[in-house]
Amino acid sequence: MVQTDLIKDPHVLTGKLHWGVIPFHDPVVAPVMFAAILGGLMLVAFVTYKKLWGYLWEEWFTSVDHKKIGIMYCIVALVMLVRGFSDAIMMRTHQALSTSDTFGQGYLPPEHYDQIFTAHGVIMIFFVATPLMIGIMNVIMPLQIGARDVAYPFLNSLSFYLFLVGALLVNISLFVGEFAAVGWLAYTPLSGIEYSPGVGVDYWIWALQISGIGTTLTAVNFVATILKMRAPGMTMMKMPVFTWTTFCANVIALVIFPILTVAIAQLTLDRYLDFNFFTNHNGGNQMMWVNLIWAWGHPEVYFLVLPAFGMISEVTATFSRKRLFGYVSLIWATIAIMLLSFLVWLHHFFTMGSGASVNAFFGIMTMIIGIPTGVKLYNWIFTMYKGRVELTASMWWVIAMLITFTVGGMTGVMLSIPANDFVLHNSMFVPAHFHNVIIGGAVYGYFAGFTYWFPKATGVKLNETLGKWSVALWFFGYFFAWVPLYYTGFDGMTRRLQYIDNPEWQMSMYIALIGVAMIAGGIGTQVFNIAWSLYKRNDPQYKDVTGDPWDGHTLEWYTTSPPQFYNFGDVPYIKDRDPLLDMKQEGIAYKRPEKYSRIHMPKNTWAGPVLGLLTLPMGFGFVWHIWWMVIASVVAIFACWVKLNFERDKDYYVEVPEVEGIEGEFLKSNAGRSYYFEKNAKYYKKWKPTDQNDSTVVAK
Amino acid sequence: MTALTNDHDIHDHDDHHHHEAEAADRYVFGFWLYIISDCLLFSTLFATYAVMGQSFANGIMPGELFDLSFVAVETALLLLSSFTFGMAMLGANVENMAKTKFWLIITAILGLGFLGMEIYEFVHFSHEGATPQTSGYWTSFYSLVATHGLHVTAGLIWMFFLFIHFNRDGFSNENKIRLACLSLFWHFLDIIWICVFSFVYLRGAM
Amino acid sequence: MKKKLFQSTMLLSLALLLSGCDLALFDSSGVTGKQIGDTILLTMGLMLIVVIPTILMSIWIPYKYHASKSDESYDPEWEHSSKIEFFAWGVPVVIIVVLATITYFTSYSLDPRKELVSDKKPLTIQVVAMDWKWLFLFPEEKIATVNEVAFPVDRPVEFLVTSQSTMNSFFIPKLGGQIYAMAGMENRMNLMGNEIGEYRGISANYSGFGFAGMRFKAKVTSDEDFDKWVEGVKASGKVLTDAEYDRLIEKTRDHKVEYFSSINPLQFKNIIESFIGAQNGSN
Repeated sequence: MVQTDLIKDPHVLTGKLHWGVIPFHDPVVAPVMFAAILGGLMLVAFVTYKKLWGYLWEEWFTSVDHKKIGIMYCIVALVMLVRGFSDAIMMRTHQALSTSDTFGQGYLPPEHYDQIFTAHGVIMIFFVATPLMIGIMNVIMPLQIGARDVAYPFLNSLSFYLFLVGALLVNISLFVGEFAAVGWLAYTPLSGIEYSPGVGVDYWIWALQISGIGTTLTAVNFVATILKMRAPGMTMMKMPVFTWTTFCANVIALVIFPILTVAIAQLTLDRYLDFNFFTNHNGGNQMMWVNLIWAWGHPEVYFLVLPAFGMISEVTATFSRKRLFGYVSLIWATIAIMLLSFLVWLHHFFTMGSGASVNAFFGIMTMIIGIPTGVKLYNWIFTMYKGRVELTASMWWVIAMLITFTVGGMTGVMLSIPANDFVLHNSMFVPAHFHNVIIGGAVYGYFAGFTYWFPKATGVKLNETLGKWSVALWFFGYFFAWVPLYYTGFDGMTRRLQYIDNPEWQMSMYIALIGVAMIAGGIGTQVFNIAWSLYKRNDPQYKDVTGDPWDGHTLEWYTTSPPQFYNFGDVPYIKDRDPLLDMKQEGIAYKRPEKYSRIHMPKNTWAGPVLGLLTLPMGFGFVWHIWWMVIASVVAIFACWVKLNFERDKDYYVEVPEVEGIEGEFLKSNAGRSYYFEKNAKYYKKWKPTDQNDSTVVAK
Repeated sequence: MTALTNDHDIHDHDDHHHHEAEAADRYVFGFWLYIISDCLLFSTLFATYAVMGQSFANGIMPGELFDLSFVAVETALLLLSSFTFGMAMLGANVENMAKTKFWLIITAILGLGFLGMEIYEFVHFSHEGATPQTSGYWTSFYSLVATHGLHVTAGLIWMFFLFIHFNRDGFSNENKIRLACLSLFWHFLDIIWICVFSFVYLRGAM
Repeated sequence: MKKKLFQSTMLLSLALLLSGCDLALFDSSGVTGKQIGDTILLTMGLMLIVVIPTILMSIWIPYKYHASKSDESYDPEWEHSSKIEFFAWGVPVVIIVVLATITYFTSYSLDPRKELVSDKKPLTIQVVAMDWKWLFLFPEEKIATVNEVAFPVDRPVEFLVTSQSTMNSFFIPKLGGQIYAMAGMENRMNLMGNEIGEYRGISANYSGFGFAGMRFKAKVTSDEDFDKWVEGVKASGKVLTDAEYDRLIEKTRDHKVEYFSSINPLQFKNIIESFIGAQNGSN
């Protein structure tokens, strides 16, 4: 009663809010809510007790250091992974139970189940995959190009907080009100006010709008960083592959995120002010939404997967103890994928009825992407060829990726044929396919990179055995979880079913459940691995004192682990695609330069967290129609922006003695190392130790 | 000792200039990237407008309302403001503060005139029964034109704060970057308006 | 010849593997469904020719060149080979060219709008997706049904599909393709069942809380049984009046089968045009 009145006529002070929106009585959500509140309070109490607030504020929250921002991205991503994965567990258990006679229609009503699959998709794409990738990019990309920070350090901090606000809004929706129940891309007119009058879609709108603007800013930032801040001598064709893929991915983001911004703004106007963009009535056009959202959505998956390809390339080359095979080919393949990704969006809705010619065009464009992707696979395989492959945990991820992603690519091409799509569209085959490529391609790539660069970011190596266990659990878990669903897809099972009427699919659902349990084990192992390795950080087996634990080829290994706040004592002149290998071979790596210069650095700023977090009350106010809160936050944001604008003291210099002190310590720890190529000198044709004494000089 | 200090100073001096030039280059380049993404934003709005161009839903038609001579004056104001901004830039190039400020004020007045006319037009259209709620066509019309208007408003607010910056620091490096970016932004809005004028008003009036 | 033999054995084994399990898409009872099922198997078989060696290589090469083997062919500076590059680009190009050809032809031949070849006159059935049920209007027989549809075997059926509310997708997996149902628009799909039976019909596009229960029975019958079925519907004596239609607009879940013995012949047109400024996408 109260509720419907409030929806029509929100209260001046509290908008649509009332006590009924907090799920005290929901047997699933209420315990989670109390646990979350309790956990949150304990965390706050711990930090207060340890007097860590000042430290966190000074060193982390206000930091504009790309490495710290990157680590914060990764932490939030891992927390959200647990949240998104619990949604997956709920979906799988629910569907498994809903096929049996004993449990009837499972344990979740559609009002709840439909929110879960929506939240799962949104969280995994926007708040797990994207931040994990941006986190790794943030830490590594500036190091790889020899930069001291990103082009706009404050903007980087602001991007992080905008993303964080998006993640917070999604989590708040769990406890206050509801989340959208419209599928992760919120197809209109279902997501319009007529068919979804609740606040769920509004949470979706503001979470994605705010974090999406953050991603646009990140894209501007990273593209400028790569184009403007490379070390001297590093031409575009000497850039590491990961930097190249980061560049292409961010060009994609720069082009597509404005489309998302506009599409969401239009849906917002439809819902809040009765505009007619996507409505059934008054000349609205629901097909336009589907086109816009996929014009963003399809390049988005390449935005996610390209950097993973870059990570795979770096890891494979390092652990094959070889140079990367076919660098030029890989770069052109990346550029081809970037360009083609804009021309395929219609393959998500062949069944809308655009006609045979349009469908054929988009189908063929889609499969053409298979060519550069196939080239990449072969280049990685031939990087291992004639190598000395060390099967570390990161290499296990690479091989898991090669196998899983190949299968995913195959099912993708099957779906790209319009005739096939007319029966496979929206069947379980589709989720099986995109999990196949997103888990198998993107996520395994991220984990390979995560394991590979973890010592760089933290100074601590991860435990190899635990790492391999998590690969194995993920790899086999994936196939257990999704092969049965490919199978039911072939049997005409559609996706997003809250209950299943066909008892023949029961066994498939049970097998899938086993797979999910294995993946849960994989995630658990990873979380434990991180905790354990950090706990053992001073143990020589885990500690990385050299800054270069894998005998790497690229610049990020040319500094301490974790790197100093200024990244490099001096930035070398780049002459080769594998600059560090080149420097090691010339005997000039980790040597004191003739002289250090003072270093220009940006100061930390309050503005990122304050400006960013002020969008939280703004978004919340919009969701619940609490207009005073919206106005107050907007005014506050504006005031902070003005204050920031008139601040003067934004940068400082690190003086030479300080640099000398820090770098001296580091160079000492690196003295006396020998490198892989020295032990295998006879295999090198181009490089020969110029003088026997020379290598002893290096050793000293 | 003295020689060393001098050397250090000279080095510092170079260093400082180097940073300034590098920062200007970096910030203006970043602003270009922002303009690219803004271009995409407007392209999406134009695409929407093209899709909904015939969705009148029995509502009032644009041909009945558009007054080309009115829009021509609006357009003239904005184009002229681009010219006056150019004059302000000429002033800034020779670091002539009075000239720069004078032309900036003229630019702001022209911009305000443009905005005033746009708001008047919106009010007028709404009275005639063409609100965004009327039909898909008017929905896309208002969202496209008003987004441009909001950009102009943002530009005017920016100009206001730039004035305060000029009063405080004169032609500092930061202020020069700000002026260069604002100039880019202002000309960009001009180009967008020419597209709005041609695709929306000219086509709609015919 | 040899290649063809290889392909057909490959296809056969795949077909055995998959259709042995009675999967809806490969054990189709419809004309288009059968062809689509074959296309899926053909394209999958073609790709497996490349995919299986690739997977084997990605296991065998790290095994063969594992560091512990200290293989003497180790060549750390080897980073380019035109021959290998040629194959790395060539193999995907060849397979994609073959698949693109198949795509091009099947996009036209299996387009759901294409009329099916038959000496019988097609039967028109109008389909309306509602929250959360399917309404079928038979303009020739002047009857309507909810969540049940019947049509004679071996006679082409032209489904005209629209929606009263959100976007749905009209799909009978055992018979052939699917098409979106959108308010204010008419979409068209041609199907022909060639085996008598009762098949599951579903919505294949999520449309809200009652989505999982938005199912119908699709009966492919003999000509006589179809006539009998129509008689049965007519015997229900319920007329699809505006009041009845408004009742159907109400949101319901797991809606029961309903029969209407008489309809307004312009009902379907009226439904589409009730959306002011509708797209009228009848092409």
